[in-house]
Amino acid sequence: MSILKLHYDIDGSDFTRAGEASGKVKRVLKKLGLDAEAIRNVSIAMYEGEINMVIHAGGGEIDVEISSELVTIVLTDHGPGIEDVSLAMKEGYSTATDNIRSLGFGAGMGLPNIKKYANEVAIDTKVGVGTTITIKIYVPDCSAEL
Amino acid sequence: MTVKELATKLDLHFLCGEEQADRPVTGCYCGDLLSWVMSRAKEGDAWLTVMGNINSVGVAVLADIACIVLTENAPFDLPALERARQNRVVVLQAQKNTYEIAAAIANLFG
Ligand SMILES: Nc1ncnc2c1ncn2[C@@H]1O[C@H](COP(=O)(O)OP(=O)(O)OP(=O)(O)O)[C@@H](O)[C@H]1O
Ligand SMILES: [Mg+2]
Repeated sequence: MSILKLHYDIDGSDFTRAGEASGKVKRVLKKLGLDAEAIRNVSIAMYEGEINMVIHAGGGEIDVEISSELVTIVLTDHGPGIEDVSLAMKEGYSTATDNIRSLGFGAGMGLPNIKKYANEVAIDTKVGVGTTITIKIYVPDCSAEL
Repeated sequence: MTVKELATKLDLHFLCGEEQADRPVTGCYCGDLLSWVMSRAKEGDAWLTVMGNINSVGVAVLADIACIVLTENAPFDLPALERARQNRVVVLQAQKNTYEIAAAIANLFG
């Protein structure tokens, strides 16, 4: 079985492009004919990770691997890291600035959304070094031909 | 109900996406916090908001929203308009507020 690999460099200085990589992945998955719910789960989880990377970590890289059973999204940044991961995972917790909030972010729902829509999430983070988030979404038996 | 019917009945005007006016509207969601909308709005919803920036368009695309409805004539900035055109997102503007439009939509679905 073949695996499709996609790579994106995420510009941390350009808010207007935040979310573009997630949009591209969504289009690819639609073309592949993946299960609709799996596509939605990938879209939401990757979008939240991508936005966090831009607003909290100054950008980074995203690698996506698609097989007929599993979509794996690895988000890597060299931002400030997360001091208390279990606190950051709580609904409503946010360190977003007023400026960021005025754009509609900062509800403190991004990480909880990732947890809700992913089948597996692993957060590897170190203060002052960066954060790597690995998200796995299972694809139910589907007809996607890779 | 299609986007076009919704627009006609509620006196909404198109900022873009008129060519997608046949899209079905199957529900409605109200909110301005993007991560909230992202996970709660359903495919085919009309999304009522005052948040008219480029990130709203990203959410509309990823959440498969039928149309964005900017209530109280909330502004939609130029980068947002360009992105919405590229992604064929329907954006409507309403003079009334979110409560009034939501109530009117509830009536239509009633
Ligand atoms: N990649 C990251 N690097 C550093 N800190 C992060 C990163 N991702 C999340 N955080 C921290 O975790 C907090 C919670 O993140 P979460 O995505 O849940 O909420 P938010 O981004 O603040 O708001 P929302 O996602 O609702 O717009 C953030 O406010 C930030 O402090
Ligand atoms: Mg977030």
